[in-house]
Amino acid sequence: MSNIGLIGRKVGMTQVFQPDGTMVAVSVVAITPNTVTRLRTPDRDGYTAIALGTDEVKKLNKPDSGQLRDLPKVSTIREFRVDSVGSYEVGQTVAISDLFAAGDLVDVTGVSKGRGFAGVIKRHNFARGPKTHGSDHHRAPGSIGPGTTPGRVYRGLRMAGHMGNERVTVKKVRVIRADAERNLLLVSGSLPGSRGTLVLVKKA
Amino acid sequence: MNVLDEIVADQLRTDLPHLASGDTVRVAARVVEGNRERIQMFEGTVMRLRGGGITRSITVRRIASGVGVERTFKINSPRIDKIEVVRHGQVRRAQLYFLRDRVGKAATLRERRPKR
Repeated sequence: MSNIGLIGRKVGMTQVFQPDGTMVAVSVVAITPNTVTRLRTPDRDGYTAIALGTDEVKKLNKPDSGQLRDLPKVSTIREFRVDSVGSYEVGQTVAISDLFAAGDLVDVTGVSKGRGFAGVIKRHNFARGPKTHGSDHHRAPGSIGPGTTPGRVYRGLRMAGHMGNERVTVKKVRVIRADAERNLLLVSGSLPGSRGTLVLVKKA
Repeated sequence: MNVLDEIVADQLRTDLPHLASGDTVRVAARVVEGNRERIQMFEGTVMRLRGGGITRSITVRRIASGVGVERTFKINSPRIDKIEVVRHGQVRRAQLYFLRDRVGKAATLRERRPKR
């Protein structure tokens, strides 16, 4: 079952007190009301989805404004696959209060921070060798397999390489507060990506 | 003011007195015992202040039945009912860890003279 979500931006992290006095670390997501820019239907598009737009700008290039016509000039558009478009209509705005409330569980998708070419210790949590006592084996991966038989390295072996800068979804994150007035969503714990990064929030 | 500061500012308490290291304070903390809530008093010397904004906390030290007890309070917590300053102590440092090595009269601090 797929559901509609919202497009927001990660603001950063802070802490809030709960009524029972415990403190929770929260990520703050700014979600200005999204505009429904398009509905995808099986008849015309072969699938069902709702396209939402956000980040209003003054000017758009010709192709983009041609797509949006008289809708608000949104620079960011993302589609959410849904089972049915329901009562959503093009031009309608969807805000935090329409979908989320404190206590809900949500899935948040974003692009993680890029770590560049990372070694196996950082990338796959390998153990390192001794730093001293004559050791030459500091952060090297060690053996990568048997010898003449099979005479090759097994496929899928974890090695050094590019890490981060990939799409990551954190599942079942608790909504601590949904601030409709300031268009903020406070969710428990950390989220992928740096501050200002685009995130998609869906019901878990 | 950015959004994160606003969230913090909303939670900060305005009813707290000015606190400094060396002050003797009486902290009224709400504690839950079974299914009933009561207020527990804790009086002692502020040994250090820590953190800024919402994370601001104080560590209060006292000698209770011959044993040194240190309790840390998040001062902006809703679980704190009240904080009173009983006495201002004269100190020359921010963290009073030397109090841990002292007992009795040696652990008392001179009272701060009010500035003219």
